[in-house]
Amino acid sequence: MLIPYVVKPRADTGLNNGKIGIWLFLASEVMLFGALFATYLMMRLGSSDWPVGTTYLDPRWAALNTIVLITSSVTMVMAWAMSAKRNFKMFRFYMLCTVGLGLVFMGIKYIEYTAKFDHHYYPSTNVFLAIYFTLTGLHGLHVLGGMIVNSYFALFGKKAYNENPEWFTNRVENSGLFWHFVDLVWIFLFPILYLL
Amino acid sequence: MMSDGHHEELPFWRKYIFSTDHKVIGIQYCVTGLVFLFFGFCLMMLMRWQLAYPDQPIPLIGGLFGDARAPGGIMLPDFYNELGAMHGTIMVFLGVVPLAVGGFGNLILPLQIGAPDMAFPKINMVSYWSLFLGGVTMFGSFFLEGGAAQSGWTSYAPLADIASSGQTAWLIGMIFLITSSLLGSINFIVTTIQLRAKGLSFFRLSFFCWAQFVTAFLLLLAFPPLEAAGVLQLMDRLADTSFFLPDGLVISGEILERSGGGSPLLWQHLFWFLAHPEVYVLILPAMGIVAEVIANNTRKPLWGYRAMVYALIFLGFMSFIVWAHHMFMTGMGSTLATFFQTTTMIISIPSVIILSALLLSLWGGSIRFNTPMLFALAFLPMFGIGGLTGLPLGLAAPDIALHDTYYVIGHFHYVVAPGTIFALFAGVYFWYPKATGRKMSETLGKWHFWPSLIFMNGVFFPMLIQGLYGVSRRLADGGATYDFAGSVGPLNRMMSWSAWGLALAQIPFVINFFMSLRNGKTAGDNPWDATTVEWAAPSPPPHGNFATEPVVYRGPYEYSVPGADKDFVPQTQEG
Repeated sequence: MLIPYVVKPRADTGLNNGKIGIWLFLASEVMLFGALFATYLMMRLGSSDWPVGTTYLDPRWAALNTIVLITSSVTMVMAWAMSAKRNFKMFRFYMLCTVGLGLVFMGIKYIEYTAKFDHHYYPSTNVFLAIYFTLTGLHGLHVLGGMIVNSYFALFGKKAYNENPEWFTNRVENSGLFWHFVDLVWIFLFPILYLL
Repeated sequence: MMSDGHHEELPFWRKYIFSTDHKVIGIQYCVTGLVFLFFGFCLMMLMRWQLAYPDQPIPLIGGLFGDARAPGGIMLPDFYNELGAMHGTIMVFLGVVPLAVGGFGNLILPLQIGAPDMAFPKINMVSYWSLFLGGVTMFGSFFLEGGAAQSGWTSYAPLADIASSGQTAWLIGMIFLITSSLLGSINFIVTTIQLRAKGLSFFRLSFFCWAQFVTAFLLLLAFPPLEAAGVLQLMDRLADTSFFLPDGLVISGEILERSGGGSPLLWQHLFWFLAHPEVYVLILPAMGIVAEVIANNTRKPLWGYRAMVYALIFLGFMSFIVWAHHMFMTGMGSTLATFFQTTTMIISIPSVIILSALLLSLWGGSIRFNTPMLFALAFLPMFGIGGLTGLPLGLAAPDIALHDTYYVIGHFHYVVAPGTIFALFAGVYFWYPKATGRKMSETLGKWHFWPSLIFMNGVFFPMLIQGLYGVSRRLADGGATYDFAGSVGPLNRMMSWSAWGLALAQIPFVINFFMSLRNGKTAGDNPWDATTVEWAAPSPPPHGNFATEPVVYRGPYEYSVPGADKDFVPQTQEG
């Protein structure tokens, strides 16, 4: 038994199944992070002495991380383009770059977190740090999830690519959409936590 | 062609346990849902003993609960709270939703749109097993020290923030259940959009498919905020944050050692942002089932099919902007209260359109009173009572008097118990032949229906009366120690005996369900002379469902078409 429209788009919708699926998933992610941003707003509006982000956080690390993530989005697109052009070698190169940059992001996050803990700043210290750790922690989990999927494509994707390169490229595209979304969340997190 | 020529025989565990076939998964959901409905019902029956006979030892099984819960068989208030919180949680998230959405959605929707399976069969399997893990977590939490969650199914903060470890298990269980719903809803939406058979345009979809489609959007967009809230409450409980704890919170005379600065109301907003759409998740699939059964058994097209579909979509949108009508008592101010009571009154319009259309569909039909039809017919007035008793609760002024009384319990149980659960029974009797190839017994079905109808009302109608007298829903003794409850207190015994009667009334159903597997009348492909696509498949449908790819030529309810040679024209019939 074969499920139709897994690879080729359906004529009247113009989309394949996975594409709709990933966009629906991202819609639910918008609601998840939306609720957490709403929490941030309620905490902040309800507080009489909300700290400026720089009291606890160093925006230079975050700026560096923003650059890292944006670069990784570019390499992600390149990986997809190389797969679409049927150049698996270059696809693998760019995909590994994407994963590597994700790793750099997580490394910087690790440095930031340990610096906080060294100063005895914990989630329990106040609601600002609580929402900081929750938002960046959940975002970090998303980065990790994206890295796992991308590593799988880069390291073990050869067989799937050989069997059906078009399907493989679609899957890389879906993973890329998720990666860009995670990138976009960070673009919102950076100003509200570090700058405002 | 959909079949790939050869079917290799799968091992048992791939075929029936970790299956990717939507029908097996659907049956897994149905059975899980029914088992948890029964379990949740048992919790309630224990509570009903305490309400009817406060502080008397529970007969026969009272000794089983141990000294921590029921010393000498007498239920402690903490145990009562545990039962109450878990009854709500289990009935909603592990009983009705898995049965209505996971069960009927999985089993029927792909068949009804002429698809070979769901769009993502593996994700479908993951979503069932995620639900299963959620169920195990919830059930297991009863065995933790301090017992299962005790802060109500709403888990209001700050109480839930400082409750015993059962609450942590509740949150982890909810995260499994949310993941399950999320994956399931994506699957339903993609399947409906992409896998419709040739010729099956959106306005040829059955009302049931429309209901599942809209429900899936509600699950997709409403559950993530609860997931966020669950993460925040977990942080509060495990990492000592104060998202839901205000400054200077005093507990048992001592100031709580926390940073404070949080907002207990935030939890309520996030919770009800999910839980109001969740109400429609409970009711829309039920309406879908009732619509199918009514069209089939009146032998008439649904009255106002298009208006019903538009009402359904409108209802879906509106359900996202009514949530704070659960919170009129929080001092939100009259401006906000006015906004939410207005949207609440508006959302009653599409519900009334759908219910009226279903009622008008009966007009002039030659009705077949078989078991599914009896349950579907009973749904109409029962849901009607549930809906109408909701109006005073949706208006801020009367809600102040009725809030947190038994009136609220009576109201939403009329919607969900004799409403949704009756519709689900209708669905079980209606589609059982498709799933198993055999019909259920009509005689036993009627022995199930009539006592259930009487006892359901015996349980829930007195609650409305007690509520109008002001009896609070939270009292572990049912109001025995309050004078004002005195005159309506004895109703508790009537309700409890009705509840136990209701349990007995389910025995014919259980017997019927299992006996018919072997002894039921062989059904054939289309035992009800129905029009929709699922009846074109063999009963039970094989892996891959249809022998040849079905093509749809007409709308879903072409019954009693003038000039046709039979009183129904299947969607797949040419010409």
